[in-house]
Amino acid sequence: MRNTFAEVLYGLAKDDPRIYIVVADISPAGSMGKFREEFPERFINVGVAEQSMIGICAGLALKGMRPFAYTIATFSLYRPFEFVRDDLGYQNLPVTVVGIGGGVIYSTLGGTHYAQEDIAIAGAIPNMSIIAPCDPVEATEATRWLVQREGGGPVYFRFGKAGEPTLTGPDSDPWAFGKLRYLRRGEDVAVLSYGVITKMAAQVADALTEDGHSVSLAVCHTLKPLDRDGIADLLRRHKRVIVIEEHAPQGGLAPQTKQIAWDIRAECVLDTFTLKDEFVHCYGSHEDILAAHGLSVDRILATVRG
Amino acid sequence: MIAKAGHNRFDPAESRKRCMRYRKRILDISQTVSALHAAGAFSCMELTDTCYHGLMRPDGQDTFLMSKGHGCMAQYTVLEDIGVLPTADLDAYCTAHGILGAHPDYGNPGIEASTGSLGHGMAMAVGMAVAERNKAGGSAEAGMVYCILSDGEIQEGSTWEAIMMASTLGLTNLVALVDNNDFQSLGRTSETHPSFYPLDDKLEAFGWETAEVNGHDAAAIYDAVAGRAGDKPFVLIAKTVKGRGVSYMENVPIWHYRSPNADEYHQALAELREIAS
Repeated sequence: MRNTFAEVLYGLAKDDPRIYIVVADISPAGSMGKFREEFPERFINVGVAEQSMIGICAGLALKGMRPFAYTIATFSLYRPFEFVRDDLGYQNLPVTVVGIGGGVIYSTLGGTHYAQEDIAIAGAIPNMSIIAPCDPVEATEATRWLVQREGGGPVYFRFGKAGEPTLTGPDSDPWAFGKLRYLRRGEDVAVLSYGVITKMAAQVADALTEDGHSVSLAVCHTLKPLDRDGIADLLRRHKRVIVIEEHAPQGGLAPQTKQIAWDIRAECVLDTFTLKDEFVHCYGSHEDILAAHGLSVDRILATVRG
Repeated sequence: MIAKAGHNRFDPAESRKRCMRYRKRILDISQTVSALHAAGAFSCMELTDTCYHGLMRPDGQDTFLMSKGHGCMAQYTVLEDIGVLPTADLDAYCTAHGILGAHPDYGNPGIEASTGSLGHGMAMAVGMAVAERNKAGGSAEAGMVYCILSDGEIQEGSTWEAIMMASTLGLTNLVALVDNNDFQSLGRTSETHPSFYPLDDKLEAFGWETAEVNGHDAAAIYDAVAGRAGDKPFVLIAKTVKGRGVSYMENVPIWHYRSPNADEYHQALAELREIAS
């Protein structure tokens, strides 16, 4: 996903002098390296100085540029939070704050590198939008939109790391900012997710299909503004809805889906699966850390199958 | 030396008259609100005036950023005087029907960035200077960015991050002006952090060109900035007096925020008249 993002920006930067990449000591490998070589005046490495990364992006945007602040999610959003809020949110500037490894993807690096509350934190800022692509294809669509959109304010762009499988295909709904999309459509059960954990959601959907259910798989790549109408429609159309989210229980997709369900008096069964409101002290693969939070295909299926 | 100043008609005597007028205008407004950071504005009055009337080119290609947002009354009065900020807006300062508050808001006439939380201006100024330099293709004609900092906000780590970055990027179109009145809310900067000084050595170590002047001497401010070597980002350390121009405000922390009462207001006007004469 990282490389896709850099490749798209590199391609667009040739014709768009407004694109700047401001990184905080992240290795400019792959396409990021090409961008740096070809557009050195528009590639800024601030070093280990995330507050100035955001402030510099604000200054660039105040002069009409379209900067991308780029580092690991905890350092792009949490460390310089007040800069994100004041410089980007309050001034409503078109800066994209890229958070690499949102959730618990940095599974061997420990809790200091987990952005498990990022959607809640970014979402609390007025003017801030949030996009979390589920695969490299969505990341490409979203990156293109971020550069080419007219006006608009700041966006928190929650990213994976590398090696994410492609989950979208020719039958998927087209990507549109602020719109929930179906990757496949069924009639009984809907699995709703976003971001990298959509891979697990797809596995759950596959298993339930094998059980004989007609299963929809939908992704809510734009967490803010949330597609309330799209979620309401999904809740109405299915007898059972399963939300799978790599985020703390508060402030993410799961509680907001429950709120919408209440507001529309939804009649479906609604199960939500999120990270725990805990710091887990263990290491291993991404799947290992998700499992420590209670998120695995088997556990979700065990709950759903009853 | 490169030509940097837009006006070669800058007249320090006129600046002195303007600054007295601006101070009076601030005092007048102070009688409509309980607080407006008068002392911090008086401290950077000559710096602000010299930027707008002396250093910045008249065609709007240069940028002014009040990083010490609580000094915005100095900026508002100048913007009103040059016809950018309508008088009606300044008259409605801090009222429910007005647009101006005690810190500058981006989008208001003449305000290039929202500040108020200290330590934000320097990084935004760096971003602006990069954009201006690239727009000009790296030429010496790039838009200049003038940024007024308080000495208090130099305690913010974010300010040093941006100071370091400005020299790394070789931003010769960036001028910072430190309103060095040696006061912050609770007391003297030199008492809060005795190791704060010497400031010029620290800034030079971070790759900046520095100069130090009396920050209430408009001619000295102008000459120091206009006469800089110009091959590095430049910072002017302006030695100022917080509350400058009103005896009972000078160097007294309570005037960081408070408005004078009626008696104090009349005394302040009398003192300003005396200085002007």
